[in-house]
Amino acid sequence: MAAEKMALAKAINESLRRALESDPKVLVMGEDVGKLGGVFRVTDGLQKDFGESRVIDTPLAESGIVGTAIGLALRGYRPVVEIQFDGFVFPAYDQIVTQLAKMHARSLGKVKMPVVVRIPYGGGIGAVEHHSESPEALFAHVAGLKIVSPSNASDAYWMMQQAIQSDDPVIFFEPKRRYWDKGEVNPEAIPGPLHTARVVREGTDLTLAAYGPMVKTCLEVAGAAAEEGRNLEVLDLRSVSPIDFDAIQASVEKTRRLVVVHEAPVFFGSGAEIAARITERCFYHLEAPVLRVGGYHAPYPPARLEEEYLPGLDRVLDAVDRALAY
Amino acid sequence: MTVESTAARTPRRSASTKSTAGKRTTARKGTGAAPGTDPQLVQLLTPEGERVKNAEYDKYVAAITPEELRGLYRDMVLTRRFDAEATALQRQGELGLWASLLGQEAAQIGSGRALRDDDYVFPTYREHGVAWCRGVDPTNLLGMFRGVNNGGWDPNGNNFHLYTIVIGSQTLHATGYAMGIAKDGADSAVIAYFGDGASSQGDVAESFTFSAVYNAPVVFFCQNNQWAISEPTEKQTRVPLYQRAQGFGFPGVRVDGNDVLACLAVTKWALERARLGEGPTLVEAYTYRMGAHTTSDDPSRYRGDEERLAWEAKDPILRLRRHLEASNHADEAFFAELETESETLGRRVREAVRAMPDPDHFAIFENVYADGHALVDEERAQFAAYQASFADGQGD
Ligand SMILES: Cc1ncc(C[n+]2csc(CCOP(=O)(O)OP(=O)(O)O)c2C)c(N)n1
Repeated sequence: MAAEKMALAKAINESLRRALESDPKVLVMGEDVGKLGGVFRVTDGLQKDFGESRVIDTPLAESGIVGTAIGLALRGYRPVVEIQFDGFVFPAYDQIVTQLAKMHARSLGKVKMPVVVRIPYGGGIGAVEHHSESPEALFAHVAGLKIVSPSNASDAYWMMQQAIQSDDPVIFFEPKRRYWDKGEVNPEAIPGPLHTARVVREGTDLTLAAYGPMVKTCLEVAGAAAEEGRNLEVLDLRSVSPIDFDAIQASVEKTRRLVVVHEAPVFFGSGAEIAARITERCFYHLEAPVLRVGGYHAPYPPARLEEEYLPGLDRVLDAVDRALAY
Repeated sequence: MTVESTAARTPRRSASTKSTAGKRTTARKGTGAAPGTDPQLVQLLTPEGERVKNAEYDKYVAAITPEELRGLYRDMVLTRRFDAEATALQRQGELGLWASLLGQEAAQIGSGRALRDDDYVFPTYREHGVAWCRGVDPTNLLGMFRGVNNGGWDPNGNNFHLYTIVIGSQTLHATGYAMGIAKDGADSAVIAYFGDGASSQGDVAESFTFSAVYNAPVVFFCQNNQWAISEPTEKQTRVPLYQRAQGFGFPGVRVDGNDVLACLAVTKWALERARLGEGPTLVEAYTYRMGAHTTSDDPSRYRGDEERLAWEAKDPILRLRRHLEASNHADEAFFAELETESETLGRRVREAVRAMPDPDHFAIFENVYADGHALVDEERAQFAAYQASFADGQGD
């Protein structure tokens, strides 16, 4: 496959295909991942080419999906499981939190858990309840899990490769509203480390830190702010656990202001962790408190209200103004 | 590239149906068993509309009047009409999503009409026909699909709980509610609806365990519509679903889900058991989802048309119509009148949906807690100030 422009969902599909081809231990499992190719078609065509023993339509049981993936991993397989939507991961939460996360430590390092849990997450697609949530903080709080979220097709391709190769469980949050966004994917390129952040737009006045679906929003914010003469830096964190604090620190030491943006509720969210650590690390550099923009302390609202709930251009710009006003 | 296909080793639909559903009869062919030919399938009306005798279940519908039969027919026709209207409204962009019940009218109306007012219903997201039987205004069901609310009715108003989207969860709520009824010494019963796919969830197994252990007055009503999105029932189970009950210590029965009379009779029987303190029952209504899983789904990717055509021949509405006509229980005037009523309902639903206002922005912060919460108050105030900044023209 030569370098090619493709949608983010297709990039994950190509990445899974490559993993299935190159390692017979890799398995794809989940509800409707076979003939249907997943409800978002991320696994389209994989069962046709790799058969039902590699690309497995599972019973409708998320605890069962993750629990059996743990067993398969114990037996030397590398399962990549799909949870159909963010809100449906909770039946599997027990297996992920009490078992998957802790197996390596409990076995004194003897057992590895190379399981990838793919979760299409986040809102903005006008869905019914339980189809638009951002539960990453609930997983980040648990030691033993690594959590990543790509924002573009190239990262989706490469981060999936790296997640599958990781011997640790990786919760792979896929920004579903960006599934159809196209970007260049070069399968020959040498990717950076999985957990490093990347400056996606250089700037001097303020740092916007985001991951997954909000990176695009922040780039739009930076574009809009540029028209008002503001020069914002945008950082794509790419990984939520671990978080590349060095990269944030470097950026904040330059811009002296930080706004963290995510879709998940602000309260006890990843922005809170970033704000606390960066305040500690950069106290004397900061010209303004670290501000956060995200969801409210309320259930994810019905579709007709999600534009109010989700951080959009205006809300982020508002925070940028507030930070710059200090 | 190593391409391995194990399709040949995986049991196919017909094979597994055969191996698990007992004796294969000549009339059964292709995918899904033909109702009427399965000795384990309770049926009172054949697809041709002929009344067949059933020693065990006849008594539950023996007293049914022609008027009540027409009532069942009316329920099914109007429910189908409502469903078709909702599907059309989704296509017109008025609803974000719709989960059609097309083909499952008999299972829902039959079971729904078996209930007493004081019974309690725990539905999934497709029980529009049961909602109809409970007297829930059908337009109330559309709010969550339009995206103006996440529920939208008072469950206690009609003893009809909110739709549950997370698969299987409600079977535990139903069991708990039933445990409460038993504690209260009441003789009401509970019915929990779920699908063949949902039967794989741990919650469903746990609800079976709890209801058996506590002898809870609950009827588990599984609509086996053959598919869980793209996955056929044999991706969930190797034994017919109704047989699962046995392992938990309560009876299970498979009923022709396209036969409204049989669904009515079997559900009445199961409810009676519950009321008499005999505990839970699993009813598997063997039926078919004629349409897509939801309006977002594309069934052509995983199933062929032949299957649907075979099931169309067993259409639940057509079946009762044939019976009504053959027994002279309904005349042309009845059908014509119903057609008019159906048009009126369609218009009412269309108008109601179009008139449904978007929710107030502050609804985000409403009812997050029953007792209130300081953080919500704070965020609501911030939100208000932010909104006001636009109104003042300062926001941009
Ligand atoms: C816990 C959970 N996992 C996945 C889903 C996504 N999902 C919605 S409906 C459905 C299929 C359900 O099939 P079945 O239980 O047979 O009921 P049917 O829709 O056919 O009536 C799936 C997988 C969900 N809603 N909840």
